[in-house]
Amino acid sequence: MIPSIPQPKAFRGLYAAYVSIFFVYLIAPLVVVAVFAFNDSLFPSLPWNGFTLDWFINDTEPRLGLFQDHALTESIGTSAIVAFWVTVLAVSAGTCNAFLFEREKFPFKDLLYILMLAPLVIPGVILGISILVFSNSIINWVEAISGIEIDALRPGLALVVVGQFAFITTIVTLVVSARLRKFDPTLEEAALNLGATRLVAIRTITLPYLKPALIGAAIVTFLMSFENFNTTLMLVGSDAPLTIEMYDRLREGSTPVLNAVSILLMVGSGILALLSIFVQRDRNKP
Amino acid sequence: MKETSRLGLFLLLAPILLWLACLVILPHIDMLIISLRTRVAARVYEPSFANYVEFFTEPLYWNTFARTAIMSVTATMMTLMIAFPVSFYIAKMLRGRIKNFLFMLCLIPFWVSELVRTFGWMILLRETGVVSNALQWLGLVDGPVEMLYNDAAIMVGLVYTSMLFMVVPLVTVLDSLDDSLIEAGYDLGGNGFTVTREIVIPHAMPGIASGCVVVFMLTLGNYLTPTLLGGKESLWFTEQIYNQFITRFNWELGSAFGFLLLVLSSIIVWLGLRLSGQTLSQAVR
Repeated sequence: MIPSIPQPKAFRGLYAAYVSIFFVYLIAPLVVVAVFAFNDSLFPSLPWNGFTLDWFINDTEPRLGLFQDHALTESIGTSAIVAFWVTVLAVSAGTCNAFLFEREKFPFKDLLYILMLAPLVIPGVILGISILVFSNSIINWVEAISGIEIDALRPGLALVVVGQFAFITTIVTLVVSARLRKFDPTLEEAALNLGATRLVAIRTITLPYLKPALIGAAIVTFLMSFENFNTTLMLVGSDAPLTIEMYDRLREGSTPVLNAVSILLMVGSGILALLSIFVQRDRNKP
Repeated sequence: MKETSRLGLFLLLAPILLWLACLVILPHIDMLIISLRTRVAARVYEPSFANYVEFFTEPLYWNTFARTAIMSVTATMMTLMIAFPVSFYIAKMLRGRIKNFLFMLCLIPFWVSELVRTFGWMILLRETGVVSNALQWLGLVDGPVEMLYNDAAIMVGLVYTSMLFMVVPLVTVLDSLDDSLIEAGYDLGGNGFTVTREIVIPHAMPGIASGCVVVFMLTLGNYLTPTLLGGKESLWFTEQIYNQFITRFNWELGSAFGFLLLVLSSIIVWLGLRLSGQTLSQAVR
């Protein structure tokens, strides 16, 4: 069972083999996706026809490479814009929430905390449709009263940002709260004693302390937004973010250009993952 | 000072109240109201239970619902069975660098988009895919085999996607189990089986419960994996919701479906937390 308990060699061997197979299972789909981005064939499948970089750089149909495929590059841009706004909004709101729950006392605090956690247990598809339904109700209501049509609330990027914000804010709140809980409030009091105002104390003492958590939360938010599918699917309009564009192509069957996009995504999230580990390492030092 | 902190409290309360009211509470109430009405003429609605009646009288709908629930339970159990020995190995058999490295490796699926992961399985399992060719090369089958578009493919994809959410809580909880308790179990005459049953599993119960709850919830609400790996026959309930909303534009029925799925999901989360004696606030920490 554990190293200090003697076990038959065969058992240890079998156990190690099982764990190895598990990791092969974990890695196999990702390796396959990456490898077929370089296959000189019109389909992301065997046989292997030799190495090519066409799926990244070629500029003629039907072998349109990733960087020449404007529908794809535009959808990457769309996703980046959405992710940027979700990050800005969710990190700001999440930080406010963290201060609220860690610092303030008010009636119904526990109830509000439970409500704050609710978006975590609502399936993404349902969060998407409920926001779709509600925004439509608002449009109809405003139109009935004033005759003005609010087009911003029709399915589209604004609604996608709002939908993703609705559940990612919870995650930011949890991450920032965890860090704020470890903060020593006497540091802030010292600043106040030395003549700083409350805002100055927070800006110069507390926020720098929270920085690793804020950066970590921003990275996770950006990634979650970039890769979100369920909520986005229900709220998307005519501009397709990357996940929706990829999904449509996957259903129809596509050239290995999707493998090239996948590599780009893996490299991008790999860099962000390393960055967040780096930030978290820093956190352990005083 | 008193006045400014009042103002501060109000400023901090404003965003969360706006967020929860406008994006979480009111939309779900609105969805419930819409699910409880039916269209009698263009733009004329009447309160009724017709949508829920339709769900229970049309076999396709509740069959899909039951099938989604059963397959989600199966996927959760399989994820637990596969993840438990691996988590134990990482938490108890390994030390130092290699332990951290393998744990990080388990987190990879989180960093890679679900689309990419599912795409990987499509390449592996399709008729011209890697597994099919490997089997032919090994001489186990005569011609190409299509392994995509069936329930097993959906299951493989769901278990794969969920694995991370099971491994992380399990490794965390097993890490906190003192080795000496296991040794004591052996000293008192236990064997591998009894020690696992009497010591390891009871200790790991909170981790098992929270892992299962999260995995079940995510599987139930999954859309990508069943539709891409299961194809047209996937019959997943979220797909029904999508069809009612986007394809058939029947928002009333779609809202009713959404609400039923939300209720099922909430009951399971509540039961899981209840059984493990945790509250939601504890489970997310």
